[in-house]
Order: sequence, then structure tokens, then C-alpha cells
Amino acid sequence: MENEKNILEVRNLQVNFKTYAGDVKAIRDVSFDLRKGETLAIVGESGSGKSVTTRTIMGLNASNADIASGTIKYKGDDLLKKSEKEMEAIRGQDIAEIFQDPMTSLDPTMKIGRQIAEPLMVHKGMKKEKALAQALEMMKLVGITDAENRINDYPHQFSGGMRQRIVIAIALVNYPEILIADEPTTALDVTIQAQILNLMKELQDKISTSIIFITHDLGVVAGMADRVAVMYAGKIVEYGTVDEIFYNPKHPYTWGLLSSMPTMDTGGDELPSIPGTPPDLLDPPKGDAFAARNAYALKIDTEKEPPFFKVSDTHYAATWLMHPDAPEVTPPAQIVERQKKYADMQSKLVQTQRTTGPVEEEEEQQ
Amino acid sequence: MDYENAEKILEVKHLKQYFNVGKKDEVRAVDDISFDIYKGETFGLVGESGSGKTTTGRAIIHLYEPTSGEILFNGKNVDNFKSKSDQREFRQDMQMIFQDPYASLNPRMKVKDIVAEGIDINHLAKDDADRSKRVEDLLETVGLNKDHSSRYPHEFSGGQRQRIGIARALAVDPKFVIADEPISALDVSIQAQVVNLMKKLQREQGLTYLFIAHDLSMVKYISDRIGVMHYGRMLEIADSDEIYAHPLHDYTKSLLSAVPIPDPEFERTREEISYDGSGENDGKERHLVEISPRHWVRAAEDEIDMYTKRAHAASLIHD
Repeated sequence: MENEKNILEVRNLQVNFKTYAGDVKAIRDVSFDLRKGETLAIVGESGSGKSVTTRTIMGLNASNADIASGTIKYKGDDLLKKSEKEMEAIRGQDIAEIFQDPMTSLDPTMKIGRQIAEPLMVHKGMKKEKALAQALEMMKLVGITDAENRINDYPHQFSGGMRQRIVIAIALVNYPEILIADEPTTALDVTIQAQILNLMKELQDKISTSIIFITHDLGVVAGMADRVAVMYAGKIVEYGTVDEIFYNPKHPYTWGLLSSMPTMDTGGDELPSIPGTPPDLLDPPKGDAFAARNAYALKIDTEKEPPFFKVSDTHYAATWLMHPDAPEVTPPAQIVERQKKYADMQSKLVQTQRTTGPVEEEEEQQ
Repeated sequence: MDYENAEKILEVKHLKQYFNVGKKDEVRAVDDISFDIYKGETFGLVGESGSGKTTTGRAIIHLYEPTSGEILFNGKNVDNFKSKSDQREFRQDMQMIFQDPYASLNPRMKVKDIVAEGIDINHLAKDDADRSKRVEDLLETVGLNKDHSSRYPHEFSGGQRQRIGIARALAVDPKFVIADEPISALDVSIQAQVVNLMKKLQREQGLTYLFIAHDLSMVKYISDRIGVMHYGRMLEIADSDEIYAHPLHDYTKSLLSAVPIPDPEFERTREEISYDGSGENDGKERHLVEISPRHWVRAAEDEIDMYTKRAHAASLIHD
């Protein structure tokens, strides 16, 4: 591996779907890394390609998918070159997934203890009794009350939040290296969502799994992610640490996303919104795909696709506004507020670093 | 909103909506709730799934026979209209926008026929030309193109479909619109578009909204007042700014503390407040009490003091 800390390296991924109307270019040159123990959030609207990206990693794409190019390196091997049989051994063992809808991702005719034990029996060849004993431990770990008595219950006997806990138990029972969570809390109420998110964080600390977290809820991202990648029309348009994306975003699409979500203190008659709709990926536009909806679009945006410009070592944005020759623009008011907060945070950080040094020395002298 | 001179458009009085009455699996979906909605305001109804918010909306538009209680619309009881014309007027004045823009439009009907259905039923158009004119105007009002009228729903995106649903609701010139989770099925960038459209229409046409949703930050943004429901009961009603800044009921506090905020610093220090609902079923009689001006909390006699103290602490009451 290039980098010891990267557990997954996706490079230049392109996925097309063959349809009667032509090829839908769902993923258009996507590259990213997932580091050991981190949570990477992929955010974007429906159709931006976030789910296709993870399904490609899992080898679970529909049969009309065509992986036109790219590599997905996991532990030095390219997952795209693996046979279906080899992928079966990896799925549920090394890489596991939690799906959005806990109502449909469980088998309604199988007792839940058995469903949680199944990955152990399949991947580790464990005997049924032993696997069920471990399933029971897992049920307790994810917080299913009265686990001993409920191990033989069926999914319909549980509430939505409890079912999602069972789905998490199934995904984590083999202590996977990578957990893909595709909108795991979208179908749940806010109070239940908070419980499930806390549970995921807790379990991540315990078994140091790396998580790819897919969601369109920026509030959830702010609480869960270490790093964030923003996708639009099959491309990553900006990525950075969670603070960099929320407090110092550079791409106009990220600006639009952040300001169109009202926070608890948003007032006024009109909510800033992104006009129009995402482009048709049967025939992606030339240049920057966001240009047509972008109030800050430059002439070059309709002609040439922007490359990634470096903001910091960890923060990159694909917008021509970052080019040294681009005109200065003022982002929307809410973003300016966020940037101010970021500047404050940075200066405070520098100050504390400066002040803590001498203080410690004084303490030692005393 | 000026509530001093506001007129009530809707009064819900002790509404109970039970299902499977008298059977073992009786469900008390809505259990004795009372509230008023004023002309021109947006009343937000929030709560978790199963709290009874959708049932309340459906009972108001009279999709159910209420188990007991009264719903007065413009002073008239919606359950026993004296004449056919009263009933028809009610059906015109109150309209609904649904959650799922994919399921709520008939896929075999053209957009113009979907939008014009209410116009046809109520014989609002003089002739065919008038009908087309009205449909085209409506489509323009909601930000669609008049050329769209001869297309079918599958040719539209989710946000556009929701606009068609809004155009259909507006076709009969309603006074009161119930919007049941109208934006939950839409993408973030499209949600803002639809909310802005709803606000614009309210300003231009003086509409009153009952906005039902679980997305608390969007509800706060669009609503003038908010009611919080839990287990079929109304626990707290107040102006939206106040209920968010100074919730008095423990359940409201818990619900608000669970809302994820798009601010990593805030999220790192967030603490959720858990809520134990068992106290609600201790047999004490509770009803909504006005603790501070226009801030109602469901309380038992011996709890009023506690809530009053909380209101004092939040300086909602000044002596």
C-alpha cells in the first residue's frame, strides 16, 4: 500500500449504467482514501452517485453496471479484479454494510438470533451453538434489552430503532475492517436516530472499524464524520476534514447545501435555495456540471472541467473560483458567518498553543 | 403575526380518534387534543412516528369520523354539515398536500387533468379554454412551465411533482391547506425551493397552513406557532421561536436535544436529554394550561407550579 494508514484506496473510478436510452454516467472519475478507524462521510443529493460508489466497493451493483475504469485497493488487492466467490468471502467479513431501511433489510421469516449468527457460521465456520452464544453477546452490545428472551423473536416483533440495532449487530458481528452505512438513520425518528448514532460511535471506538457514512443530512455528518466528501453529478467536488467543510467550504455547491438547510436560528422570508435540478447523467454537461445552477459560475465553467485546487493538506475543492486568476467573490452570508467562526477557532487554537507552553513551565517551577 | 386581532379559522375541541374501538387492539391514535389555528398563520405539528400528527391532519380534513370531539372550520362543525353546499364549500376551502410525490399523482393522468380534477368536480371552469387557462396559470404560479401540462407525472423529478401536487391543491382556491410532510421525500436543495414556494403562496393568497413534519428545523423556519404531539396527546403549544428557545415540557426538551445541527463544534459538545414517558400515564388528569402568554403546556394541577417556575427562570413571565 502507498500509505500505511489507508485501508481503502479508490482511484479514478468510473461506472456507467447501460439503459435503453444510452449510458448513464453515474460515477465520473472518483478517487478517495479511507483511513484506519476514521469515519468518512459522503454527502450529496439523490443521483449524485454516493450509493453507487459504495455498491461498487461491495460488488453489489445491478447487472447493467459497467465499471469503465478505476481501482479499489483493499489491503493491497484490487477488489474490482476479484471473482464473485472471492467477494463473497470479503462481504460480511472484511466489509459490511448497514442499509437504510431496517424494515426490508432483515429476513422476516428468520429468528433474529439466527440472522445475527449467520455471518459467523458462514465466514468463520462456527458451530451453531457457539455462533448463537456470540450473537447473544452482540445483541447485548448493541443494546437490545432482555436479549436472552428475545433471541428467538422475529423481526416484526421489534420496533424500527430496535431493528436497526439488529442490522448493526449483523454487520458488526465479524468485526469488519470497513463498515458502510448507507443512510442508516434516515428512516428513524430523531430521538431514535440519536441513539443509533451514539451506538455506532461507541462500537467504532471498541472495534476500531473504519466507517463510510452516506447521508444527505448535514446535521448527522457534523456529528459523525472525521472527514467529508461532497459529491455532485457523479463526482467528488470538495473534500476535507469535517471542520474545513463546515466552516471553510470553498465549492459553491457546498455553500448552497449548507445554506439551504435552515438551522434553529434561520429567519427571514426566503430560504437560500439552489435553483434548478441536477443534470441528466445520460449526457453530462461540458465543463463543471454544477455551472447551470451556480450563481458564481465563471465563463470557463461551461467549457472546462475544474481540477482539484489545494486549500490545505487535507482540503481540496474542484472549482475554478480557487484559480489564482479567478475574480474574488463573496460567498452567501451564512457561509461568511461560518468562515468567521472558523477564523476565530483557528486563532484560539494558535493562542492556546502559545499560552499552554509557558504555563506548564511555570507550574513546574512552582 | 398579529394575534390580538386574529380570527380563528379552525378550532379542534377534545378530538379523539380511536381505531378498533372496543377491541383488544384498540389504538388511541389521537387522545383528546384541542387547539386553534388562526387565519393566515402556519401552524406546525411535530412529533415522532406514531404520535398521531398525521391522524390529526386526516381527521381535520374529515377523512375519518372522529370518535368524539368537534372540529369547527370557520365556525361550522365539519362532521354534520346542514346542507350539500356547506359540504362542497368545505371540500373546496380545505385542501391537502401529501408526503410522497410519487404515490400521490395518478401515473395514467396527464398533468393538466391532475391539476384540473378539482376544477372539474366543482364546475369552476366556464369552458375548455377557461380550464386550460386556469391550469396554465396554476403551473406558472408553482414555477412550472405551461408546456408541462400535457405530460405525464413520470416525466418529472420529485421536486417538480411536489409542485404539481401544490398546483392541484391550489386549483380550487382553498383557504386552508394541510401539508403532511410535504418535503421529507425531497433532496435538501429542492426542499428549500418548495418551502420558499409555499411561503410565497401564503403571502400572495393569504393561505393558512397546517404543516405536519418531523424535520424540526424546517418546521421552525416555516411555522408561526408549533404544537408538539406525543402518544396521541398535545404536550406543548407556543410560538415557534419561543418553543425552540425555551421549551417547558420535558418531552419537547428531549426532542429538541436530539436534532442534529450542521455545526461540528456544537455536535461535539451536544448532550441529549432523555425522556421517560411513563409519568404521563400515572392516572392524573392533565390538560393544556397557559403557563405564560400564548405558551400552553399539558400539565396536572400539581405540576402547574413547576412549569410556572420554569417559565420564570426563562424570563417568559415578568411580575
